[in-house]
Amino acid sequence: MSTLRQKEAPALPKNPDATAKTPVWRHSHILDVDDFSPQEIELVFSTTDAMKEVLSRPIKKVPALRGKTIVTLFYEPSTRTRISFELAAKNLSADTVHLSTSASSVTKGESLIDSLSTLQALGANVVVIRHSQSGAPYLAARYLEASIVNAGDGWHAHPTQALLDLYTIREHKGKIKGLKVVIIGDILHSRVAHSNIWSLTTMGAAVTLCAPPTLLPAGLGHEQKHFPKVSLEPDIERAVESADAVMTLRLQRERQQSGLLPSLREYVQLYQLNESRLARAKPDALVLHPGPVNEGIEISPGVAHGPQSVIDQQVANGVAVRMALLYLLVGGKSI
Amino acid sequence: MTKKTVMTPEDMRRTLARIAHEIIERNKVLGHLVLVGMHTRGVPLAERLAANIASYESLSIPVGALDISLYRDDLASLELKPIVQRSDIPVSIDGKSVVLVDDVLYTGRSIRAAMDALMDFGRPRDIQLAVLIDRGHRELPVRADYIGKNIPSSRDEEIQVQLEETDGVDEVTIIYAPAPKEAP
Repeated sequence: MSTLRQKEAPALPKNPDATAKTPVWRHSHILDVDDFSPQEIELVFSTTDAMKEVLSRPIKKVPALRGKTIVTLFYEPSTRTRISFELAAKNLSADTVHLSTSASSVTKGESLIDSLSTLQALGANVVVIRHSQSGAPYLAARYLEASIVNAGDGWHAHPTQALLDLYTIREHKGKIKGLKVVIIGDILHSRVAHSNIWSLTTMGAAVTLCAPPTLLPAGLGHEQKHFPKVSLEPDIERAVESADAVMTLRLQRERQQSGLLPSLREYVQLYQLNESRLARAKPDALVLHPGPVNEGIEISPGVAHGPQSVIDQQVANGVAVRMALLYLLVGGKSI
Repeated sequence: MTKKTVMTPEDMRRTLARIAHEIIERNKVLGHLVLVGMHTRGVPLAERLAANIASYESLSIPVGALDISLYRDDLASLELKPIVQRSDIPVSIDGKSVVLVDDVLYTGRSIRAAMDALMDFGRPRDIQLAVLIDRGHRELPVRADYIGKNIPSSRDEEIQVQLEETDGVDEVTIIYAPAPKEAP
């Protein structure tokens, strides 16, 4: 039985005052980037710039979140995202607790709400959640006083990954607006792709999707009310033509077993990002991948480790972006 | 609300000239000096002091910028969280004499935060403090080594420092606004 009461869904304040000198940060949770304004994303970028400077110091620790407790609650395996959040929290002097579901009461059948209720009672200020069910972090945000950060929910969203991808692109290109960004691979099941589509289009990039029709969400390409405007190009060579950035997605092998792909070999033939295909993009085009990389499947080893690859920088920037987000969430007013 | 100018552009120029001379006088070995301006208005002030020192002694002094948002002791109680800006300390401060530069010295809490921040960059030989305005009301045992102007003020008054680089004009004004009751 849960001791938690469902909270009234707190509506975001409408119309952030764009003329105010201080950009308005409206979020008490980070569930997805679909409700981020361009000003808020810019604020994340500028705060990340400051955090990167902190990471370049001999002592990479600042006292901003002293006394705050940050829990990482992962119902799915993860290495880089969890470690990245943990380092980010520690660099800001917060205390971190990791709850892995295999070593907790979850194996005894404890429900998500009950686990959250326990974390609340223990005084967590931020709960970072990864869950295989889309929407789980939204449920958590309705029940918990703490700030919720979505570290990936099902096929739905992975906002912090998208923001670090955008930050990495901006770091190299100086801007996002007007760039052509191509996302190749399993768009349908990719929370990274969804959050990237939202935030890239918010910042004014032109997004092109390239995937087998079975791995694309239904109805894309038509005018959609609840999805940003994107272009579809099933032919990879045409898709990457004069692109500024190319993002490939991890192909889960289950997709072939479930009949969505005839064979891995066919996928490699038609959709792998390799040297000759990348050559059609702009000469200074960036190659991104959210990791973990299946070398030889969605990306050739030469491209993954080539001079245009920023995959390692994505990981490094992840810590700085997550520091910025944690600061923006709980660095100001106490909750 | 009343507004009174307490420093004109000409006053400010002379004041910064005097402080630059005082820094030269106090620090025998100018080669060990680093000026560090505190965001936002301390930074252009530090640059102007460095330019003055360079013109009197033909020696260029490194200038850094320091953001203290992440070190503030009131972070948890602020209504609006401060925008974090990028710190930039161009040289190692180990064994150096660091002159912190800020526009207004008030409670002393920002200076405490700035000293904590500096210590994370290294171990300076000593830290000195230069401010354009000292308005009193200290809450911590902090004093400035170089003061542009002492302005005894009441807590109801606001001291507004404006600089060419950030605000388009060089001016210091006192604004008296008896604690307005904010509409809920």
